[in-house]
Amino acid sequence: MRPVYGVSGGVSKFKKARPDKTFQAIVKEAVVYTLQDIGLEYPKFLEIVDGSVASYFSDHFTRQLMAGIMVQDYLGLTPKPSHRVEGGGATGGLCFQEAWKSIASGDMDICLAYGFETMSHVNTWKGNEFIALASDVSFDYPVGGFYSGYYAMMVVRHMKEYGTTVEQMAHVSVKNHMNAYHNPYAQKRQKLTIGDVRGAPIVAWPLTRLDICVMSDGAACTLLASEDGLKKIEKATGKRVNAVKVAGIGRGTDAMRMSDRPHKDVPLLPHEKESDYVGKRFVGGKLKYPGIHSFRAGRMASLNAYKHAGIKDPLKEIDFVELHDAYTSSEIQTYEDMGLCRYGEGGEFATTGETFMPGIDYGLKLKKEPVCPVNPSGGLIACGHPVGATGLMQAVFAMWQLQGTIGKHFEDNKLQLKNPRRGAIHSHAGTGTYVTVSILEKN
Amino acid sequence: MADKTAQIEETDEGTILFNVPLPQNVELLKDLSPIVLKQPYHIDYIHSYGQDSPWFAGLANKRLLGTRCQKCGYRFATPKLSCMECGGDCDWVEMPQEGKIHTFTVCEFGSEEFLKETPFILCLVEFENFNTLLLSRLIGVDPREASLSWVGMKVKAKFRRNSKFKPTDVYFVPA
Repeated sequence: MRPVYGVSGGVSKFKKARPDKTFQAIVKEAVVYTLQDIGLEYPKFLEIVDGSVASYFSDHFTRQLMAGIMVQDYLGLTPKPSHRVEGGGATGGLCFQEAWKSIASGDMDICLAYGFETMSHVNTWKGNEFIALASDVSFDYPVGGFYSGYYAMMVVRHMKEYGTTVEQMAHVSVKNHMNAYHNPYAQKRQKLTIGDVRGAPIVAWPLTRLDICVMSDGAACTLLASEDGLKKIEKATGKRVNAVKVAGIGRGTDAMRMSDRPHKDVPLLPHEKESDYVGKRFVGGKLKYPGIHSFRAGRMASLNAYKHAGIKDPLKEIDFVELHDAYTSSEIQTYEDMGLCRYGEGGEFATTGETFMPGIDYGLKLKKEPVCPVNPSGGLIACGHPVGATGLMQAVFAMWQLQGTIGKHFEDNKLQLKNPRRGAIHSHAGTGTYVTVSILEKN
Repeated sequence: MADKTAQIEETDEGTILFNVPLPQNVELLKDLSPIVLKQPYHIDYIHSYGQDSPWFAGLANKRLLGTRCQKCGYRFATPKLSCMECGGDCDWVEMPQEGKIHTFTVCEFGSEEFLKETPFILCLVEFENFNTLLLSRLIGVDPREASLSWVGMKVKAKFRRNSKFKPTDVYFVPA
């Protein structure tokens, strides 16, 4: 496989509704920004790009099949190759990795990964229904299942198993909303307190409205290239490309129905020991895994990505993570899956300060200095979750972070980390059915 | 006390337009407000439960069924006719009608179809000697008193008298 580089990216402002444009035109906003950022003229881009991957989740939201090809022709990319990927909430992460594969395999030198979702075409409760159709329609959906309910059931078990508290979860909401305060692309830019989060209306006990991401209209895209592709872009623009290396990708899966998740042994990361998961702190004296308290797909994706990128101890070797925080609870569960802390310690870890940004006043008493900021952009909770765009939005923010250009793109340097070397992006579908982890490094 | 945030209810109904104003100068058209219209969308699906059909037939007869792998013996409390552990074929077995709450939530909100039923309680039930769980509704407890102490609560299955051939033909109450 060949080395793959992230060249540039763009994100449309995520908003509750974008009636001013159809999805094709919203994607084009992100694409135009991507090209302008590196000074690549549009006709030149059309000449040197080899193809694309299209990312969107639900045909129900658009009431339009084959929307990918409509974006492809609007962008002027026909007749070059493309395909659509779909994997629930992980759609954008899968898209990024499929573009990576196109280049790593030698099939393409320059590939555009674009994604969108326009969820405002229906009311929130109908949107919940469309999303709930991504659960088993014979056994889960007809019982009244919907995603906030599923995640609430997962975290109730996490609370029972490990003593995780709602206040610990609220720390994630305060952190991510406060980070987003400095991100102009975010849908919700709010300064909140723990009391605000807990005082918000309950959606599914114990999750409140401020524990849950919102539906959104938006698009995002990234331009990926091989070494030859970089040369072509540099020739076309006459400028050096500030590229980011994609050091590794990983994926995992789990049963669609939560009820089917088994109780087995946890696959260990290199820095973990079997003895970490034995003892009185686990129900029955040993961690039963994944149960419904953990995302086995997230652990598998992390294992694969870390192996490719040579990461042995993630908390020490990764400088920031953009992870899929559709729920405050799932951010806490994902800390554990990604090995930022051990299983069972996610709730406490959410409050130490290690996952917060340096130099931002959260109005919280935090015991430790930031080590590995999680969701420095504000994450899904504050940015919004236009599903097909989300995983690519994470890739764009991570690239900008490693390129050191957050100040330029956000017109505010508050969210720029000092010299980050390595970041992880994590995209996650339906209670952990498909999960992707990709590792990006400063080149 | 005056409520300054009070709003009149917004509905989806709109006016039927037969014409829209248009400027003489078409170069101004990029400033035209978007036209947004309602498009009703209704479908009757012909959904088959396929190999899972006996489970629904069981509920209509007040019997809770699971499956058991012929090869490895793994037992599914939500039926799977193909074993996810070894790939073997599974047989139908009768399940116990008592179990324990593995986890739950109170849904104050939901998808459109179930909004009128809120607040309702979803739970995952665990059964002795079965390896997997069953998603169901819990009734007979006060949703306003949700607490972690409900996890582990003994519950028993009840069945609708008039079967609707939906998974809600079975539900659980405290044992």
